[in-house]
Amino acid sequence: MLLFTVKRLLMLIPVFLAISVVIFMLVHLVPGDPIDNIIRVGATPAEKAALVARYGLDQPIWAQYVNWFSKMVQGDLGDAIILRRPVADLIAQNLPHSLALGSLALVFSTVVGITAGAIAAIYRDTWFDRGVMTVILLGSTVPSFWLALLMILLFAVTLGWFPVSGARTASALVLPVLTIGLGGVALVARVTRVAMMDIARRDFVMMLHAKGVSRWRIELGSVLRHAMMPVVTILSLRIGWILGGAVAVEFVFARPGLGSLLITSLNQRDYPVVQGCLLMLAIAVMLGTLLGDIVQAIMDPRIREGMK
Amino acid sequence: MALLTVSGLGVTIGTLSPLDDVSFEAHKGEILGLVGESGSGKSLTAMAVMGLLGRIGGRVSSGSILFDGQELVGLRDSSYRRLRGKRIALISQNPMTSLDPIVRIGAQIDQVSLLHLRLSKPAAKARSIDLMQQLRIPDAETLHRAYPHQLSGGMKQRIVIAMALAADPDLIIADEPTTALDVTIQAQIIQIMVDLVRARDLALILITHDMGVVAQACNRVVVLYAGRVAETNTTQAIFASPCHPYTASLIGCIPSRDQAEGTLLGIPGTVPGVLNYPKGCRFHPRCGDAMQVCARTVPPTTAQPTGSVACHLHEVVT
Ligand SMILES: Nc1ncnc2c1ncn2[C@@H]1O[C@H](COP(=O)(O)OP(=O)(O)OP(=O)(O)O)[C@@H](O)[C@H]1O
Ligand SMILES: [Mg+2]
Repeated sequence: MLLFTVKRLLMLIPVFLAISVVIFMLVHLVPGDPIDNIIRVGATPAEKAALVARYGLDQPIWAQYVNWFSKMVQGDLGDAIILRRPVADLIAQNLPHSLALGSLALVFSTVVGITAGAIAAIYRDTWFDRGVMTVILLGSTVPSFWLALLMILLFAVTLGWFPVSGARTASALVLPVLTIGLGGVALVARVTRVAMMDIARRDFVMMLHAKGVSRWRIELGSVLRHAMMPVVTILSLRIGWILGGAVAVEFVFARPGLGSLLITSLNQRDYPVVQGCLLMLAIAVMLGTLLGDIVQAIMDPRIREGMK
Repeated sequence: MALLTVSGLGVTIGTLSPLDDVSFEAHKGEILGLVGESGSGKSLTAMAVMGLLGRIGGRVSSGSILFDGQELVGLRDSSYRRLRGKRIALISQNPMTSLDPIVRIGAQIDQVSLLHLRLSKPAAKARSIDLMQQLRIPDAETLHRAYPHQLSGGMKQRIVIAMALAADPDLIIADEPTTALDVTIQAQIIQIMVDLVRARDLALILITHDMGVVAQACNRVVVLYAGRVAETNTTQAIFASPCHPYTASLIGCIPSRDQAEGTLLGIPGTVPGVLNYPKGCRFHPRCGDAMQVCARTVPPTTAQPTGSVACHLHEVVT
């Protein structure tokens, strides 16, 4: 198991290198010049050249990359051009908000999604199954910002249960978590249900019935356990997605977070911040898949032995 | 007295009725062969006796299944569950897929005695290892902790057999237990089962489409064709003087070694699907001896010295 984890970690190194190059190049291929944004109107070319040199933008691209990368692995993500603060500080300030929102949404969609999907699968083809799946289908087709607006209207404006926006109190988390989480619930429930129905047709499940094991024990003990494999896959992909994909939700609820920071810095063409944010998201995605792989290896001996 | 008496069993799946008026008996200490080509209803018969038709959306529509004096048709699932695995066990066709791939082999065998005999965990483990040794599984202690993918097909089938034996059942239904295995392993597994029946006074229903296996192992034979019993008799009588033309052609085509698995050369055509069972005798379109009456009326089942046959050729003229 340890060997498996170490192997997977080593496999991430080339991926990380490739991602860092892509992130670096992406930002440099985007049109627009950040210097234009910060430079005083009517500055002389000499003044501009000095600024360009200060941010190292005059060096060849590869030198800029090597410079950026070696600093980055030491935790120095450079200084924000517009905000004029270390990027690491900005991220440290915003990341906890995203982590809180993301992990709560993930837990919410995991627990509710698996429960709903499992019940729908066990009571397949009954009115209950159809009801759950209809709600879930509706839930997954409604865009999250629209859902956010509806929920703000109902719970925050009309009923006044939760704050409309901000991140000052814990209750301010409820609506954003619900907004992001509901999309996840739909996804997780659908995958759980389909996987359970697929597993339930396998020979070994029929054998469990033939052994006299009770239906509930089979559904919850064996079928659900097998159905968790694809669920773990999509959940691990969602870890990264939730951190970055919460952009619209963070925007609607006016919350700080990695998503908002990314949008702001993109608008201002603040390269170092954009790079820092993208890097964080990439790391989150990588750690997410790593975590998913490890969980699956714990669950399935065949994966542990590299047979699958 | 017979341990299992199936009489007039009919099965429906939705609007289809793939099984019709099937009757046979299984006795302790005997191996009953259930033979017929693919699609003749062998597995459905097994599922009906196991009370598992509901899992594939089917149900018993007529007839009775009497097990040790108890009527199984209409039995509540909670009562059926106490029979399944404990008194009636199943050995399935494909050992590769009938074990849970992510559960240790030992735990899968233990489960049966834990559930039905209420043994303690160490006792269940000891029992499983003992069973594995009886089935000549080498290194049983180690394999008890192994996962299914670490075993060969033949070993897996032995594990499935151990699972079936774990609660000391009276009746075992083995649904083509050797089709997924290669020839040498097939013979071993069949021999294991023959020995078990003798040693434990079991009743075994051996489902197969291999007449060679029937000749080697079975005491009595039920020949199914398109969801009906064509003929039933002792193995000796079936091979010496088959009454039904279908049985005769089955025997005529015991696959030789160089012939592909499961093919029954010599009988032109295929078993009709449940959607187009022919009128009258279901075998008549493929029968060399078909008469006009065969296409019109279902042949009645007539008694023979040691068995019975459903064929117009053997109809008693009154
Ligand atoms: N779930 C099902 N739904 C509809 N029809 C079915 C179902 N299962 C079996 N049948 C039909 O019932 C008939 C008998 O099937 P069964 O599986 O009992 O055959 P078999 O004798 O076991 O064949 P094989 O040697 O291929 O295992 C076939 O015509 C088959 O198409
Ligand atoms: Mg079958």
